[in-house]
Amino acid sequence: MYAIIVGGGKVGLNLARELLDKGHEVTLIEQRRDRYLAMEDELEHVAQYGDGTELWVLERAGVQRADLVVAVTGDDEDNILICQIAREKYLVDRFIARVNNPRNRQYFDLLGIKPAVSATDLILRLIEHEVPQYGLVHLLDLPGERLEIIEIEVSAGSAATGRAVRDLHLPEGSIVISVLREGTGFVPKADTVIAAGDEVLVCLDPGLEDEVTTLFAVR
Amino acid sequence: MSFIVIAGAGRVGSAVARSMLAAGHEVSVLDEDPLSHERLDAGQPTTWEDVGGRFTIGQAIEAEALIEAGIEQADVFIASTHGDNTNLTVAQIAQKMFNVPSVLVRVSDPARAEWYAAQGLHTICPTRYAIEMFEDALNEVEG
Repeated sequence: MYAIIVGGGKVGLNLARELLDKGHEVTLIEQRRDRYLAMEDELEHVAQYGDGTELWVLERAGVQRADLVVAVTGDDEDNILICQIAREKYLVDRFIARVNNPRNRQYFDLLGIKPAVSATDLILRLIEHEVPQYGLVHLLDLPGERLEIIEIEVSAGSAATGRAVRDLHLPEGSIVISVLREGTGFVPKADTVIAAGDEVLVCLDPGLEDEVTTLFAVR
Repeated sequence: MSFIVIAGAGRVGSAVARSMLAAGHEVSVLDEDPLSHERLDAGQPTTWEDVGGRFTIGQAIEAEALIEAGIEQADVFIASTHGDNTNLTVAQIAQKMFNVPSVLVRVSDPARAEWYAAQGLHTICPTRYAIEMFEDALNEVEG
């Protein structure tokens, strides 16, 4: 795979190292002279000096034959432009953009730049995972596809405790896809009885989260 | 009379703001630097607000700042900050998020200006004019 990474900060540089380690072809574009020189010492011809939002710089890097463009500069407008130009002018199929300021995520969405990755959002997700609210963890969120998978710890005294899956009265648009019990996961049948302490994975339409959670957890 | 919102009050933005206000349009200027307000007042007998201009401090990329500057009511939006990529992004926000009927965007880089123009943005490239004027002047000298 040939990947062009724009932005040679900590994220870009480490991504380049990892991809090179895995045997991929990489070009890393950096516009700050001092950073570029340090990169070139280590990465040699992989490093290119220039403003990755300029068409000729992207062309010099061979954007026309790139399989992947990764825009991880510290500037959200730059990252948006890089992906937009790569997609619409050079017909690159796959790109990944970094969102520096989570408030700008709406603009990435507006212009169809996705996936857009924000460190703040990722850390928030981790915090949610480590400190789950009401024992609820988001495992997967695909708002575009209207799909969500959550993990809930079943608390004693909840409506679901002691009931078979078929009698849970889950709202339409939700289904229990897995039960984790004593360290082992299994796909439940209609007559599987839910016990306190189980962790259930529920696949659901967005918006049903509260309704589903109240069945399994006592607030 | 049109309502014109101008993001970026540098030399170009502030001069356009003043001439449009003088021509009888309603003009609102957005800039992150409070000092840029002085550029609007410079050499004028009265302040920018006295003659009916509006000024908002904020970044062009912030939706709240754009709304405060009045982008939702704007007939014309001009993106004239010092950053090409900021201008191109904000111009698309004005078009797609706020449905401003007419959007003008300053782009210094001729290559990006040309490509985004082909994508339907009304780009204005000062560098292109400078190149042409130099070429014309040189042709006259050589003449």
